Amino acid sequence: MFKIVSKRPLNEAKTVVEFVIEAPLVARKARPGQFIIFRLDEYGERVPVTIAAADTEKGTVTIMVQPVGQTTRMLNLLEAGDSIADFVGPLGRPTNMEGLKRVCVVGGGVGNAIAYPVAKGMHDLGIEVDMVAGFRSKDIVILEDEMRAGVTNLYITTDDGSYGEAGFNVTKMKELLDAGNVYDEVMAVGPTRMMQRVCDATKEYGIKTIVSMNPIMLDGTGMCGACRLTVGGETKFACVDGPEFDGHLVDWDGILKRSVYYAEEEKAAMDHICRITGGVREHG
Amino acid sequence: MANMRMDKNPMPEQEPLVRNKNFDEVALGYTEEMAIDEAKRCLNCKRPKCMEGCPVSVRIPEFIAKVAEGDFDGAYEIITSTNTLPAVCGRVCPQETQCEGQCVRGIKGESVGIGRLERFVADYHMEHGHPEGAPEVPASNGHRVAIVGSGPASLTCAGDLARKGYEVTIFEAFHKPGGVLVYGIPEFRLPKAIVAREIAKLEHFGVKIITDAVIGRAESIDELFEEGYEAVFIGSGAGLPQFLHIPGENLLGVFSANEILTRSNLMKAYLPEYDTPIRIGKRVAIVGGGNVAMDAARTAKRLGADEVYVIYRRSMDELPARKEEVHHAMEEEVIFNLLNNPVEIIGDEDGHVTGIKVIKMELGEADASGRRRPVEVPGSEYVIDVDSVIIAIGTSPNPLILSTTPGLEATKKGGIVADDDTGATTRAGVFAGGDAVTGAATVIKAMGAGKVGAAGIVSYLESKQNA
Repeated sequence: MFKIVSKRPLNEAKTVVEFVIEAPLVARKARPGQFIIFRLDEYGERVPVTIAAADTEKGTVTIMVQPVGQTTRMLNLLEAGDSIADFVGPLGRPTNMEGLKRVCVVGGGVGNAIAYPVAKGMHDLGIEVDMVAGFRSKDIVILEDEMRAGVTNLYITTDDGSYGEAGFNVTKMKELLDAGNVYDEVMAVGPTRMMQRVCDATKEYGIKTIVSMNPIMLDGTGMCGACRLTVGGETKFACVDGPEFDGHLVDWDGILKRSVYYAEEEKAAMDHICRITGGVREHG
Repeated sequence: MANMRMDKNPMPEQEPLVRNKNFDEVALGYTEEMAIDEAKRCLNCKRPKCMEGCPVSVRIPEFIAKVAEGDFDGAYEIITSTNTLPAVCGRVCPQETQCEGQCVRGIKGESVGIGRLERFVADYHMEHGHPEGAPEVPASNGHRVAIVGSGPASLTCAGDLARKGYEVTIFEAFHKPGGVLVYGIPEFRLPKAIVAREIAKLEHFGVKIITDAVIGRAESIDELFEEGYEAVFIGSGAGLPQFLHIPGENLLGVFSANEILTRSNLMKAYLPEYDTPIRIGKRVAIVGGGNVAMDAARTAKRLGADEVYVIYRRSMDELPARKEEVHHAMEEEVIFNLLNNPVEIIGDEDGHVTGIKVIKMELGEADASGRRRPVEVPGSEYVIDVDSVIIAIGTSPNPLILSTTPGLEATKKGGIVADDDTGATTRAGVFAGGDAVTGAATVIKAMGAGKVGAAGIVSYLESKQNA
């Protein structure tokens, strides 16, 4: 069992919640860009989540979760002191930071929870990091203080203009590029369409762009092939070959389709949580 | 006096059209009377050919003689002196190409039902327990061995080492130990309670199992040595599923067999109280002809598919699956589209699978594998309407351990290089066996390799100590 050490919402709308989990074996090796897979209990599904932070001394790993699906909502019903059945990792390849001097990290919504540890990791290595963190509106902004402290320059955008600069993160990134900023690499993390838009934009500027993919996964160790995607015409597995890929080589159309396969089951399951148990299972 | 009946005692089974709607075990097992009667068919050959066909050298005529006497505990002792997982082997071994394939009774009639008898003995033991209580646990010899993975190769290696007093720790990436025995082989062929009991027996012998531990990520092989393990056995299995590389393979409703089987077997997606989703639709095509393809086809049927097609590019004679699995699949109304090869998977505007286009094949000259090479019949393409396609054409080794362990050499196909006689890899103290070395093979071959690896580790550690 893996104990929840602490839990806190990351914004006023509580759309993203941070969990610190006791998992010394994972904490010891976790690097930015990697993920874990957790399972609530015997009946639970395996759900991949990016590692937000790891504390080797305390043996804890921090994850940030958007409670929108069946499992993440049930996780959100647990409190500090409760435990979950499984927490395995670190999985996937860590972010490649070698040879980078200046990077622009573009995060979208909850994707900022994934982008932030990578941006901070780069900054800790002495890489100059401009981060554009885009949100739909002010009430869902997360990690502002952490990001401001963890990167060189932070730009917050909101779609509705309720906070920071009004507009999309992609627009702000283009503005930075047009203003003459030169980056070795752009890193984009967020909804699939947002990452695709960033890639379309950076193609014009000829800047290498890395994206972090979060497809459907089952085992997370390269065994089931559920997370496959086509990159540069080849079949790749996000869990072992990724989760980060060259965004200019990713077959975006294929990904948009695959990610929604279990939408109906997910919806039915959510109705089920609300209607029947009203919370986390008692059994098991 | 031997029982000279020509055919085996038939295995009691669930009715085909009942069982293809449930996940309960298909074969129900011999009764004591059937087992004794079947055992009497064995001629107790002076030079038993059957034993030569067994990768773990079970003393077959000896255990069968005990069954014939009604001494089932004695039979169990004999089997388990060389075989760690008899309840598993009795169910999933391809006996027709191993022990039973060599049986002299098979020349004129049917061979002795060795697998069925092995299963009977193992099940009898599970039900009745050990006559003198739990077997004695050997004293520790103080040597620690780490085993990566908990499939058949690893469990066999662990069992052999633990019985000799080695302190064995198994590291398993999943939340449940058993490897392919729990994620791959379906409940209706190998009930998971049986696997759990075989594993509990190992734990009784002092084997420690750590789940949720991905070696190669959470810890490297080098770190295992730093922690005081003196030898490591890698039995991490086959890994990455292969795909066909034909158009349409990323459509919604195209799965690897590993994915469907893992959802169903490990995650229990077929039971309503489990969260993991599974959806395959009413018409399903399976591509491939091995045991995994049969498992996927029969699972699809049980998940509610009305029509399940097995698409295989050669003919029935070349079908690599165990005969019994093919026979069971046919009884369960799985449709075999033999001499058919997929050329494209077809989808609708939303990206959902609607069909699979195949081309008819005919058999030409024999190829390097000795099997007749299938050749396309020009212009013979046609479409089978399906809701999903399950690809079961094999796996390639998982690169995780090779890529994180300096000094380990890989084969051309990406497996770990290991000596056939000792399991030794190119790195001192590291041994390997099973699908991680050979690519996808059978449970029993992996068990044989686990046995070889255990012996290799024993002689390595003994020679190190004497040096």
